Amino acid sequence: MTGRALTFGLFLAFILITLAITVRARATTRGADDFYAGGRTFTGPQNGIALAGDYMSAASFLGIAGIIALNGYDGFLYSIGFLVAWLLALLLVELVRNAGRFTMGDVLVRRVRRQAPVRRAAAVSTVTVSVFYLLAQMVGAGALVSLLLGIHRGERFLGMGAATAKTVTIVAVGALMILYVAFGGMKATTWVQIIKTGLLMAGAVVLTALVLGRFGFDAGAMLGSAADASGKGEAFLRPGLQYGQDVPGDAYRTVVNKLDFISLALALVLGTAGLPHVVARFFAVPDGRAARTSVSWAIGLVGVFYLMTLALGFGAAALVGRSAIVAQDPSGNTAVPQLAQAVGEHVGGRAGGDVLLAFIGAVAFATILAVVSGLVLASSTSLAHDYFGQVLMLGRPRESQEVAVARFASFLVGSLAIVLAVVARDLNVAFLVALAFAMAASANVPAIVLSLFWRRFNAAGVVAGIYGGLVASLVLVVFSPVVSGKVDPVTGESLSLFPAGVDFHLFPLENPGLVSIPIGFACAVAGTFAGREKADRDRYDDLSVRALTGAGSQ
Amino acid sequence: MRRRFRRAAVVVTAGFLGWYLVFVGLAAFARGFMARTIAGNVNVALLLGLLQFVSTFALTLGYLAYARRRLDPLAGELR
Repeated sequence: MTGRALTFGLFLAFILITLAITVRARATTRGADDFYAGGRTFTGPQNGIALAGDYMSAASFLGIAGIIALNGYDGFLYSIGFLVAWLLALLLVELVRNAGRFTMGDVLVRRVRRQAPVRRAAAVSTVTVSVFYLLAQMVGAGALVSLLLGIHRGERFLGMGAATAKTVTIVAVGALMILYVAFGGMKATTWVQIIKTGLLMAGAVVLTALVLGRFGFDAGAMLGSAADASGKGEAFLRPGLQYGQDVPGDAYRTVVNKLDFISLALALVLGTAGLPHVVARFFAVPDGRAARTSVSWAIGLVGVFYLMTLALGFGAAALVGRSAIVAQDPSGNTAVPQLAQAVGEHVGGRAGGDVLLAFIGAVAFATILAVVSGLVLASSTSLAHDYFGQVLMLGRPRESQEVAVARFASFLVGSLAIVLAVVARDLNVAFLVALAFAMAASANVPAIVLSLFWRRFNAAGVVAGIYGGLVASLVLVVFSPVVSGKVDPVTGESLSLFPAGVDFHLFPLENPGLVSIPIGFACAVAGTFAGREKADRDRYDDLSVRALTGAGSQ
Repeated sequence: MRRRFRRAAVVVTAGFLGWYLVFVGLAAFARGFMARTIAGNVNVALLLGLLQFVSTFALTLGYLAYARRRLDPLAGELR
């Protein structure tokens, strides 16, 4: 009970501090520049720390370490994809920052004559990707908090059972994220991210040091005892336990599994530069050069963090053990909190374990809150600026109107996400993160890259590319084994969203990226040639001068 | 300047994407090779994975230096 009270107290402390920041940010947030881009007053390093915070979701903190703890090396493959992806962001960030003002839509319309359809497509894509990602985070929050408070094992907390606790958590997280965004805008969101990144890095460093300390700072020894404890021996340290499995005697399944893995890897590496909350943050700095600095800071932090997930994952496998992890949560999400308790106990007895567990729990909670706020901010910015300001008001809204709409939009998007997350609260939603990455890679990345680098590209191409990529990834997932037709060969239970017996899957891969990313690019190219509008070369030249030099950008 | 940036972008993209895809391909299709032991519990897969981290950091630093030395002055002139 002391541990739970401590966890809960730390949750509350984080909430109070961030609300205080929000109130202060509210006082200095006036125009659109303040609300959408924090007044562009953040320095490169500050924004980079926040960018890393936007990116390192609970899925990467708890999820990746959990996969490593259960499946060994394959979790590390995730970390690598998530990190390498930043190089594409590094190349694009300056151009995007210079070419745009607040949103991806700003970048895409810079060179076309008819803005409305492009703006609309950008808003649709931003909101769709954000909502899928939001859902994953919020459902995860519900499951996680009830785990951390011990409610899932039939215990009660403040008189709540497990189902109620999940719903209450989702609603509370949702309400807080709406508060941060609607009142504090980009300023509050950025400070929440900076604090969260600090807590997350501190937590990871302390845990990593304690774990390595248990093995006399011999990483090889840790790997060895993780492999021994896993019961899988050497195979635990090699690729292939989870992704791209070989199916003996079934060449077709083996190939499908491998293609599925490559598909996932591709979406991870190409999706990052198109994630709405990542793109939105490119604009919170004064110029392109500061934007470049931000991304390089993010690369450093994310890289160091993912290196530490190795120690956390393998450490949990060695010190907590597979059966104890699976007993708490079959997908491994609690491996890190359990590890915290184990190493804490080793250092400081029962109290030490409780304190460290409470701290890691609070870090995970802060992480979820911060990431969902970033997503809500990105989608409400796009709705207000792209859709309301430029499409409905034909580009002539008063700034105060636009900001008011943005606050209202954050309320709308946030409420939608809360309702959907409560409905979906018991689903396993890990695939939603992969889907959001695939959508970003198939819809947003082709549009951004071709806008910046292809002279002939035009409005019809942008629109076709965005909708084509979005629809392709959605349709492929609906007809994939994720949704129907995947059955556990041993137990006969359904591994899909639909119960066993329902099977309308036509597409063999669980990750759509391998097919949907080429479709996104192909639609963009086909749309360009089909569109009657001739590319405006002068505008393109104007765009590239602005993008490369920053001349004329705000 | 456009040419210079494009050349840099192509080099960096080809470098990281190619190397990453080679790595992913090895992880999917060359399990035997990846399982070879290098020293103690460290195998080829682990070493290559860590090298992905190293190469990402190296490419980042390289691009930053290139941008500072070769792109920024040009951008300043053009402004």
